[in-house]
Amino acid sequence: MARFVIRRLLQSAVVLLGVTLVVFLLLQLVPGDPVRVALGTRFDPQTYEALRARAGLDQPLVVQYFDYLRRALTGDLGVSFRSGRPVTAIVLERLPATLSLAVTAVLFAVVIAFPLGIVSAIRSGSLVDHAARVFSQFGVSVPDFWMGIMAILLFSGVLGWLPPSGYVALTEDPGRWASHVALPAATVGLVTASILTRFVRSSMLEVLSEDYVRTAEAKGLRTRVVVLRHVLRNALIPVVTVVAVQLASLLGGVIVIEVLFAWPGIGRLTYDAVAARDYPVLQGAVLLVAALFLLVNLVVDILYARLDPRITVK
Amino acid sequence: MKPVLAVEDLTVTIDTRRGPARAVAGVDWAVRPGETLALVGESGSGKSMSVLAATGLAPRTARVSGRIHLLDTELTGLPEQRRRRLRGRHVGFVFQDPMTSLNPVLTVGRQVVEAAQEHLGLTRRAARSRAVELLDLVGIPSAGQRVDAYPHQFSGGMRQRVVIAMALACEPDLLIADEPTTALDVTTQAQIVELVADLQRRLGTAVVWITHDLGVVAGIADTVAVMYAGRILEQGPVDAVFGAPSHPYTRALLAARPDPAAGDADLVTIAGAPPSPLDLPPGCAFWPRCPVRGDARCEHEMPPLVPVSAGHQVRTFYPQATDRRD
Repeated sequence: MARFVIRRLLQSAVVLLGVTLVVFLLLQLVPGDPVRVALGTRFDPQTYEALRARAGLDQPLVVQYFDYLRRALTGDLGVSFRSGRPVTAIVLERLPATLSLAVTAVLFAVVIAFPLGIVSAIRSGSLVDHAARVFSQFGVSVPDFWMGIMAILLFSGVLGWLPPSGYVALTEDPGRWASHVALPAATVGLVTASILTRFVRSSMLEVLSEDYVRTAEAKGLRTRVVVLRHVLRNALIPVVTVVAVQLASLLGGVIVIEVLFAWPGIGRLTYDAVAARDYPVLQGAVLLVAALFLLVNLVVDILYARLDPRITVK
Repeated sequence: MKPVLAVEDLTVTIDTRRGPARAVAGVDWAVRPGETLALVGESGSGKSMSVLAATGLAPRTARVSGRIHLLDTELTGLPEQRRRRLRGRHVGFVFQDPMTSLNPVLTVGRQVVEAAQEHLGLTRRAARSRAVELLDLVGIPSAGQRVDAYPHQFSGGMRQRVVIAMALACEPDLLIADEPTTALDVTTQAQIVELVADLQRRLGTAVVWITHDLGVVAGIADTVAVMYAGRILEQGPVDAVFGAPSHPYTRALLAARPDPAAGDADLVTIAGAPPSPLDLPPGCAFWPRCPVRGDARCEHEMPPLVPVSAGHQVRTFYPQATDRRD
């Protein structure tokens, strides 16, 4: 197990190296001069050249890249063109907000999708099943920003139960954190829940038709035992991947929702960095997202081996 | 002796998109303690369905009618919960494919004693030693270690032994073996047949053996029922049915057995295919393929099941006729 994790971490490092290279090269293709944008109306040739030199932009590309890589290895991802603050700090301070939103949204989705998908599969063709399918169709087709606006209008406008936007750190005030995270997480979670409900339902249906489920029924086990012990455990295996992919993509930031709810997450940071051509910040954000993605994948692989004895991690 | 499981006028209709399909149409059979009843027939003849319906395992879309007696209890009309308990406690099942009938994510030990834990209330520790005992009983070497292994770590034949151990966990009065050797290679088949026969002798369990392997039937069955298109065409003691087959279908089946002595000679087949359960003919379902083909009555009227000798019955208007060879 330990060897598996180490090997996977080394592989992840190689992937991250590739990510830095791709992002670095892509940024060279983007039109617009970051230093010029950063200076704005204060532009004069001397300051411009000085800034370019300070950022190392006057060096050849290869030198720029290896310079970046060398410093990245020590945790220094450069300095924001815009604010002059270290990128590592900027990116990391966005992490709690993004984690809050992504994890809460996925929990919300799981809590809704699992029971709904399970009941929907066991009672396939019933009223519950039809309702679940309408729900998931609705969740998948209605745009999340519209759902977000409606949620704000209803829960903070009309009912006044929850704040319409903003973020409070969990460590600062758990109660206020919860009230702030509720609306954006529910909005994002609803979409995820819709997708997940379908996967849980179809995975359950597939397992329900397996021979070993009939074997379990032949033993005269209670329906609850058959479903939880024999069906669910097997049905979960493919669903875990879907949950992980959803979580990973939410960790990458939900830009529209973060902008709508004034949520200071990675998504907003990326959006602002693109608008301001703040390359170091953009690079840092992409690198962090890639690292989170790889981490989630590693966890999924370990989870897989736990759930399915046919898979061994070596 | 009173039968362990008996069905009377058992009918199973399955609702499909293209209308109701009559999978089993008024079947009577019974199996007594220590006896083996073989149900034989082609795929789709209703042999498996009649047993699944009798034990409450028919698919949800199936409508079951008739009378079903398990030991002293009438099962029809009984709430599912009671039927479930009776089934788990008194009936053990061995299904066709041991590669798919075991849950891949649970250890074999756990699966083997699950029923005993549910119905006999074994403690965790007792369950484990019972699992080892059962695996040992069905001839799994070093059962003490293998009890914690997963199904994928066993070969096909060993898995079928696990399934048999599982079926015997509550010391059932009846063992249902639904083509338990079909998915296995020939040498393993013989071992599994021998194992079940041996366990039956030692434990006195009644067995319903569903198969299309007539060789197995001749070797282990006491009584046999030949099914075709949801009905029994001939049934009785195995010696009587095989010694003096009175239905043209039974004769055709026996003739279609591959004969190792015949070497490379062509296999004998029965021309044509069974009718669709969605569209059964009004008369004898075997009529279109029948080598006797008595008269128009066969086409339009269902022949009754008539006795030909003690306990030996046949569903034909012409039990004494000889087959036409043309």
